[in-house]
Amino acid sequence: MSSLYWDFIRIRFLTMLAYRVNYYSGILVYTLNIGVYYFTWQAIYGGKEQIAGFTAAQMTTYVAVSWMARSFYFNNLDREIATEIRDGTIAIQFIRPYNYLMVKMMQGFGEGLFRFLLFMIPGMLIALLLFPVQLPTSITSWIGFLIMLFFSFLINSQINIIIGMLAFFVENNEGMMRMKRIVVDLFSGLLIPISFFPGWLVSIMNFLPFQAITYLPGSVFTGRVKGTGILEVLGIQVVWFVLLLIPIYFIWRAARVRLFVQGG
Amino acid sequence: MKYYLGLVWEYFLNYAKTRLTYRADFWVEVISDLLFQATNLIFIFVVFAHTDTLGGFTEAEVVFVYGYFMIPYGLYSCFVNLWNFGDRYIVKGEMDRILTRPAHNLFQIFLENLDPPSLIGSLIGVIIMIWSGGQLGIELLWWHIPALIVMVLGSTLIYTGIYTILTSISFYSDSPTGIIPLMYNIQTYGRYPITIYNRIIQILLTWILPFAFVGIYPAALFLDRPEMIRMAWITPVMGIVFFALGLVFWNGGIKRYRGAGS
Repeated sequence: MSSLYWDFIRIRFLTMLAYRVNYYSGILVYTLNIGVYYFTWQAIYGGKEQIAGFTAAQMTTYVAVSWMARSFYFNNLDREIATEIRDGTIAIQFIRPYNYLMVKMMQGFGEGLFRFLLFMIPGMLIALLLFPVQLPTSITSWIGFLIMLFFSFLINSQINIIIGMLAFFVENNEGMMRMKRIVVDLFSGLLIPISFFPGWLVSIMNFLPFQAITYLPGSVFTGRVKGTGILEVLGIQVVWFVLLLIPIYFIWRAARVRLFVQGG
Repeated sequence: MKYYLGLVWEYFLNYAKTRLTYRADFWVEVISDLLFQATNLIFIFVVFAHTDTLGGFTEAEVVFVYGYFMIPYGLYSCFVNLWNFGDRYIVKGEMDRILTRPAHNLFQIFLENLDPPSLIGSLIGVIIMIWSGGQLGIELLWWHIPALIVMVLGSTLIYTGIYTILTSISFYSDSPTGIIPLMYNIQTYGRYPITIYNRIIQILLTWILPFAFVGIYPAALFLDRPEMIRMAWITPVMGIVFFALGLVFWNGGIKRYRGAGS
């Protein structure tokens, strides 16, 4: 059974590999993004030592690692699911001997592995050459970051699956998918680290899953969170991973019933 | 010309007809557009909570530049939407259908993707300009409005040109390119004082991917920034040049187009 799911990872990885030329331009564009953010933040810092708990050097590292982490956890599962619902191919998936959502997750992971090896790592190396990025020095920070990165992928994919499945209930969820992308980029801390926001907004964001995608792993990588603190932020990610399973379960159940009502 | 204008109207009516059947969609799209603009404004506000000026520009000035940017961006999104081009026209083979018709193929694609709700963004851009202009004490002069129209047209043509060139790549490479979504973030940077970047990025944003002409340069004209006024006046020229380049790349691409074989 598990080898079945492993095949979905492998196939998606190989499919992505066939289109790899596209990703070289992608690395260039991401590096450019990091560069421009780097200079914007330099200008914002001016001579200041520290803003919102970040030193200028930590900010550079944060920007680089956040964008490169995004290249790993980003996927279009929402769009894939919505398309399969709309064109009806999802009906076939129901009768196949596997769990459709598990398959989607595995395909997303195959894509993630591809992006990790051929996008994130080379991209990070280029960023290291061009900008004063400081890599973590302790081994626990590295291990903690890599585990958290995996959870970033899980949580981001869960959110994508939820948004994608909404296509069962609304005619067209295109607008919702766009909104989700905007909300994730902003509230995950990719564009601005959470601690820069005004206090009231920070306390709202602490109760949302988005910070677990970029801000928390980024905090570990920059060394703002160390030692046992890593377990604490990892704990937040695990809690969100479990909590997000609940809406997925209920939407999925409601969707199956709905599909039977429509009758094939 | 009259034929083409007639087509615009026909397509608009068609758009209205399909859209009225999915009214909820329409509003979701408008709201998601506005939300996207809001996040950019939030970025500006959050940044200025931690600093007084950015490259010598105050908060109100940066917001003013943002207001300007929203006008050409709304026009571009309404009339020139090439976002799904590769998927829809090349992979699904709809290009073949387009090529059998008399009107210019690029023009038809623009028409088929007409998106009037985007114009609401332009309108909000005007309101932001008026509001922040008032805060900055900018007086409305006789040449401001004609200059604004010329600048906005120039900026919109630049946008159209850049994205037409990038979209044309899908004719030359056989796999669907993912470059356009990736460009999405870079366009943001033409709106900040370009002097904060290093030389390479300045040249890039001025002459190669000239997004600075879609934001900071033309807006500087109204902010009366002497260091950028010369660049501001080049905006319409750049618009014509990049639009022409876009057409050249596009027509070259069409010649290579062989169909998806579906």
